[in-house]
Amino acid sequence: MDREQQQRLQREEHERHEVIERVEPMPEPAAAARLHRELERTWYVPSGLIGSLCVVDHRTIAKRYIVTAFCFFIFAGLLAVLMRIQLAVPNNHFLGPDLYNQVFTTHGTMMMFLFAVPVMEAMGVYLVPLMVGTRNIAFPRLNAFSYFVYLFGGVMLTVTLLMNTAPDVGWFAYVPLAGPDYTPGKRADFWAQLITFTEVSGLAVSVELVATILKTRAPGMSLNRMPLFVWSMLVTALMVIFAMPSVVTSSSMLLLDRLVGTHFYNPAEGGDSLLWQHLFWFFGHPEVYIIFVPALGIVSSVIATFTGRPVFGYPAMVLALVATGFIGFGLWVHHMFATGLPQLGLTYFTAASMIIAIPSGIQIFCWIASLWRGRPRFHTPLLFVLGFVAIFVFGGLSGVTLASQPFDLQVHDTYYVVAHFHYVLLGGAVFPLIGGIYYWFPKMTGRMMDDGLGKITFWVLFVGFNVTFFPMHILGFEGMPRRVYTYPAELGWGPLNLVATIGAGMLALGGLLFLYNVVKSHAAGAVASANPWNGGTLEWSVPSPPPVYNFLYQPVVEGRDALWERSADVPVVVGIRSDCREVLITDVMDAEPSNKVEYPEPSIWPFLCAVVTSAFFIGSIFTPWALPVAIIPLAITLIGWFWPKSPRAEAPGVAAPVKEAA
Amino acid sequence: MNVPGQIERRRVLDVSALPDSAFGYNGLVWWGTVGFMVIEGSMFVIAIIVYFYLRLRVENWPPGLPNPDIGYGTANLLVVLLSVIPAAMSKSAAEAFDLPKARRWLFVLTLMGVGAVTLRAYEYTALNCRWDDNAYGSIVWLLISMHTIHVGTDVTDSAVLLVMAYTQPMARKRFVDLSENSLYWYFIVAWWIPIYLIIYWAPRWL
Repeated sequence: MDREQQQRLQREEHERHEVIERVEPMPEPAAAARLHRELERTWYVPSGLIGSLCVVDHRTIAKRYIVTAFCFFIFAGLLAVLMRIQLAVPNNHFLGPDLYNQVFTTHGTMMMFLFAVPVMEAMGVYLVPLMVGTRNIAFPRLNAFSYFVYLFGGVMLTVTLLMNTAPDVGWFAYVPLAGPDYTPGKRADFWAQLITFTEVSGLAVSVELVATILKTRAPGMSLNRMPLFVWSMLVTALMVIFAMPSVVTSSSMLLLDRLVGTHFYNPAEGGDSLLWQHLFWFFGHPEVYIIFVPALGIVSSVIATFTGRPVFGYPAMVLALVATGFIGFGLWVHHMFATGLPQLGLTYFTAASMIIAIPSGIQIFCWIASLWRGRPRFHTPLLFVLGFVAIFVFGGLSGVTLASQPFDLQVHDTYYVVAHFHYVLLGGAVFPLIGGIYYWFPKMTGRMMDDGLGKITFWVLFVGFNVTFFPMHILGFEGMPRRVYTYPAELGWGPLNLVATIGAGMLALGGLLFLYNVVKSHAAGAVASANPWNGGTLEWSVPSPPPVYNFLYQPVVEGRDALWERSADVPVVVGIRSDCREVLITDVMDAEPSNKVEYPEPSIWPFLCAVVTSAFFIGSIFTPWALPVAIIPLAITLIGWFWPKSPRAEAPGVAAPVKEAA
Repeated sequence: MNVPGQIERRRVLDVSALPDSAFGYNGLVWWGTVGFMVIEGSMFVIAIIVYFYLRLRVENWPPGLPNPDIGYGTANLLVVLLSVIPAAMSKSAAEAFDLPKARRWLFVLTLMGVGAVTLRAYEYTALNCRWDDNAYGSIVWLLISMHTIHVGTDVTDSAVLLVMAYTQPMARKRFVDLSENSLYWYFIVAWWIPIYLIIYWAPRWL
């Protein structure tokens, strides 16, 4: 066969798109067992010290992400307790002003960048491949890389606090305070590089999620049948992709100003400090929705399952998520109402900020309708979701008041703002998240959490939350500014601050109860069945915890709630190779099977690449020479990462597809 | 659902005949490439916005500095625009699974990329400003360096693919990598046009 002929044959084979639907005898149990064994061998998760650094399995990596993020949550929560102790009484000297500055900056930075965004993306990394019915997340090695970069960045920030060199310029690091003139030393540089760490990992995960959602859904799962949680992760990932480049660029510019003497933010040399605020908030406001939109997906999942019916108004819900994603980019200036920008512009941003309440309101009403028309079962996950509705509506309303520029000027930088954003972030994201953990814990670990203890935890957290943060609204009206380390007794802020501190103690107690429940249930909780809550999405069709390959046969989806709308003879997908990590690729709109792709094996290279990247990021805090020094090792690790595996395993022109053992 | 004694049957969707890779948006690699193109494109957009934002802060542009010399930059624009030809040839050859042709054109592309990087080194000498002169110098250096990093990365990528194409057995999915490499090169070329205009012509026009 000459070359041309060979090429033509290869091309023809490449272009053939034949999916055959047929009826065949049920495979023997022995054949299914054989397939199970082969898939287990193919999709193995390496163990041991080196092996665990090579893991590319989405469930393992997501669990690492979640546990790590909760460690940062606990650490940053303890910092909050320290702040509340400091503020409990007037003229307190428990924390000095310098340490207090480091503590509140680290608290905010850690909660936003190391807890809230990563933990939400981690829920997506765990759940999205299961919900769309595929075997792993797209670009699995990138996923492994992203986790290590995130971990190293978080460890760096923690260590700086323990060494008394933590950033002390607030979580949004305004210049000129964060510039070279007013914050000499390296504290602000650690902040700027932490941003780089977390954004690199966040962007990587977002690309994986978008590709997984758009290209690897099970056949039949057209866009209008996608679970709402998957929709919310898609909107979130796209928001990350468009918002985070702004903060990556601006924080790099800050670092350059501090390290090599550029003048981006230096008004004396033609730079501008407001530029920082624009660039930061162009990212920072969507960031709030990046945290909040996945929580909406969790809420919809929980409400569907615990009312036993699909969420009311699916098209409205999806459109509301997408609208939130768009409008979220048009509000950033409401963080800058006090900077003296032109009035006409401020009016626009007031209107835009109020408009975003509409999609949120639509979703709230759809959930209420679902609860109304369904048969709610008040287990812990639903309690947390109802708590979310109450707190979030309250926080949303205070948000509408803040959108009004004249009012905002009065309470700008006071505790009213602190109260507002804790209502929307803790209420809007952490409550649904904890509800989601209760909901999916059986899937992730194979064991149920203690429901009775869960309900007690909910009430402790709900009451503790309101006792902590409600008084802050009033403190804000009374003029207490945020970020002060103490206050004189004559101002009369003492009693309400004391109340808030008592509430913080309750929150800490609730956190402990939750932690105890997780540890206890993980060790000795009731064993969970595949679908303990009678959920309707695909993750509940596989055993708890899922096998390494997720699905023995990839399912075909026939409706929005895949398990509730499944007919008796629902087809399954066959013809995907089980002797290599082959995955079915489907088209974007209708999820028609289109081709297949082989996912990479576990590898040490992503870890090594993350080590080099982290060394480069940390090194560049101290010297610009970190870049030329890092280039060669970075190139080596990347080439190792992408180099094809042995020729035996990847023969040219793999022609005849090997049939499944069945 | 089954009568006892009858053999149980099931419906299946047999996908074994589907190809094990696909070019363009049908395949998965394209989505990763485009994802990163969108991210990096957004960074370019932000940097360009910063350029014009800083322009509005001062009266003269460039403030107190001579205009950049356009010689090297324009030469590089030509090289980069011409390099679209080997990129396109290598892409179409890869999509026809024509390995010898694909790697020949990839070799030409890599060479032109090396040429572009070399010219870029000279461009830095013709900017007539330093990054620490003033905010104008800072943003000019940022813009050109962001682009240089991209050119350097893709030239390295092409070189690695070239070595791979000559030394490794090429599975079909490697042809997808060849094709997407050209796509990424188009992205870099396309961004050089506005960045070239901004760096070299905006100081003259604005």
